[in-house]
Amino acid sequence: MRHIISVLVENEFGVLARVAGLFSARGFNIESLCVAETLDPTLSIMTIVTTGNEFILEQILKQLNKLINVIKVVDFKDVDYVAREMILVKVAAENEKREEILRLTEIFRGQIVDVSPKTYTIMITGDEEKIRAFLSLLKPFGIKELVRTGPIAISRGDKTIKGKKEKGEENG
Amino acid sequence: MPARTGAQIFVEVLRSEGVDTIFCYPGGATLNITDCLCNCHDIKQIVVRHEQAAVHAADGYARATGKVGVCLVTSGPGATNTVTGIATAYMDSIPIVVFTCQVNTTLIGNDAFQEADIVGITRPCTKHNYLVKDVNDLPRKMKEAFHIARTGRPGPVLVDIPKDVTAAMTDAKIPEKVFIRGYQPNYNPHVGQIKRAMKLLAQSKRPILYTGGGIISSSASSELLKFAELLNIPVTNTLMGLGGFPGTHPLFLGMLGMHGTYAANMAITESDLIIAIGARFDDRATGKFDEFAPKAKIIHIDIDPTSISKSIKVDIPIVGDSKLALRKMIEFYEQEKEDFADYHRSIKEWHEQIEKWKTEYPLTYTRDGSLKPQFVIEKVYEITKGEAIIATEVGQNQMWTAQFYKFIKPRTILTSGGLGTMGYGFPASIGAQVAFPDRLVIDIAGDGSIQMNIQELATAVQFNLPVKVIILNNGYLGMVRQWQELFYGKRYTWSRIYSPDFVKVAQAYGAEGMRITREEEVEDCLRQAFENGKPTFIDVHINPEECVYPMVPAGAALKDMLLV
Ligand SMILES: Cc1ncc(C[n+]2csc(CCOP(=O)(O)OP(=O)(O)O)c2C)c(N)n1
Ligand SMILES: [Mg+2]
Repeated sequence: MRHIISVLVENEFGVLARVAGLFSARGFNIESLCVAETLDPTLSIMTIVTTGNEFILEQILKQLNKLINVIKVVDFKDVDYVAREMILVKVAAENEKREEILRLTEIFRGQIVDVSPKTYTIMITGDEEKIRAFLSLLKPFGIKELVRTGPIAISRGDKTIKGKKEKGEENG
Repeated sequence: MPARTGAQIFVEVLRSEGVDTIFCYPGGATLNITDCLCNCHDIKQIVVRHEQAAVHAADGYARATGKVGVCLVTSGPGATNTVTGIATAYMDSIPIVVFTCQVNTTLIGNDAFQEADIVGITRPCTKHNYLVKDVNDLPRKMKEAFHIARTGRPGPVLVDIPKDVTAAMTDAKIPEKVFIRGYQPNYNPHVGQIKRAMKLLAQSKRPILYTGGGIISSSASSELLKFAELLNIPVTNTLMGLGGFPGTHPLFLGMLGMHGTYAANMAITESDLIIAIGARFDDRATGKFDEFAPKAKIIHIDIDPTSISKSIKVDIPIVGDSKLALRKMIEFYEQEKEDFADYHRSIKEWHEQIEKWKTEYPLTYTRDGSLKPQFVIEKVYEITKGEAIIATEVGQNQMWTAQFYKFIKPRTILTSGGLGTMGYGFPASIGAQVAFPDRLVIDIAGDGSIQMNIQELATAVQFNLPVKVIILNNGYLGMVRQWQELFYGKRYTWSRIYSPDFVKVAQAYGAEGMRITREEEVEDCLRQAFENGKPTFIDVHINPEECVYPMVPAGAALKDMLLV
């Protein structure tokens, strides 16, 4: 099972090492990890994609909560959320293929951000499925390089991560 | 606030935390602080002979007193020498604060002389750690370190202080209160969960209490005793839980697990309800996870949510302080006594069964004229009546002590349960002796383990700490030999060890040395040693091939014990 987790942490030196160290020491997987400052510059949000069964997920959430520098952990399993990822992809684009790739990019509302005589570099954002679909259509043209951010996620509606229940409140 | 140096702040914070003792070892980077402690006679400064021992001593001090143990060492090798001590305290949830000094902030990251990234190295074996880069942060970070070490599930915290920070001036105030937004441990158990637990208990016919170190750290032993007696529930302890319930009590089954008693392991296996309190289902206690307590529902009370359902799925999790939870359960029982009438009637059968197990296979050993370690430990118990503070090393010596010494009070056993650190016991007993100069403190050691920190004899002599070390000398790394005897065709590769003459070693350090080779000498010699007022080694030549029984082979189920 694949899970997206949001972790609100102190924006402090060493916090990333604590979180990454926790995952490696306990043998949990990290598929992707995105981290940056929030509106409040003393805080950062990490979005982590991980895999594991219910049992492992429960341990991951508890272990993250136990870190002193972690303020809140949200598991998007029980929350309605929006997740988006950005990719940059460099694809072979010569002669008549250039037109075709351009159209494909438009359909997916992507952008060509760099051009060379033999390649296009395309930026596209979207959810997992859209990105998978785009990449599979692009593949036959010859993908030369792919860089992805991994998803970031936010809950739908007026809920915010800071409005979620406090750490330590959960019981049972 | 007048301006003070970082070193002065350091001492101020120690005072504000009520620290009366530190275990320390100097070096270039500690000098500003060391100099500042020159005239502080209100803070005992015990200078050890190896930084590992400083941490174990602080840990022993903490286990014996319940207060936070403190040590201070220099950068680089001083800091890296603390790692085993820190990991030992971490595994057993012992509150200590380790101060390491660091190279100047301007040199950090430069591979400077005696630089080690101790914050990076200890991240996975501390509850939390800090590098103080700015002297203005020093008071807050130090206060937070003490707070984190002693609250919630206790544990070691490390604070790394660069030398220039100890010299820098600040007018920062010492904060009175600590607030950490990401750290608010939850002490109060959920009332609904307590009710559910007690309802389950009322229906149980074969309940058992399985309790661990959490009983000791939350000072819940009198509540545990009351609860067990009110509900007539048999009690088994983990190694860490010993002393949390009187070892002489009729409801006590002894320790469970790999070297647990037959009665305890059978009772767990046949039980229909386990109430686990402050214990974490360690594999040495549970045996094979899949076959642990196959017939039981499990209630688990623990301050640390990560301990719950980590290795064994539980039915009723209760996050909170053991003492508060037990109080709530006692309250519930006292209000709803009528609901327990059937319970009290049907539990009699369970006790009869347990009695049978106890008499069928009690803890025992063969008296064959040779000097048996179990006999020695029984004598230590008889003489001290369970009033001494007993440290152990690791190996057979540790298991025999756990089995044959009856711990009747909390904070009387100092032993490395989680990490199993040989070399822990002697410095830990030094720490306890510093805290209680008038009590009898004994380290029950092995001939292998004692050599891992034997240099601390000098500390004991220098500071007049009359610790007694009983070396159960079998000429082997006995526990390793036992596994080789049972599972490796008696090939004693690496485990036969040469040792020096421990009596002469003790004497060379200026301590007392004694030797026992026959049963008849045991009592007199021990009595003499316990009364001589000096640090003393007692070299006891025990039967070299004695084994610890019962034994659950690694990976087997608890019921599959090898008996004597
Ligand atoms: C630091 C450390 N190294 C290795 C071990 C593995 N080990 C566990 S018990 C043991 C033998 C201990 O020998 P001794 O102190 O003589 O005790 P005995 O078992 O003979 O009573 C060893 C080597 C350990 N627990 N700790
Ligand atoms: Mg030995």
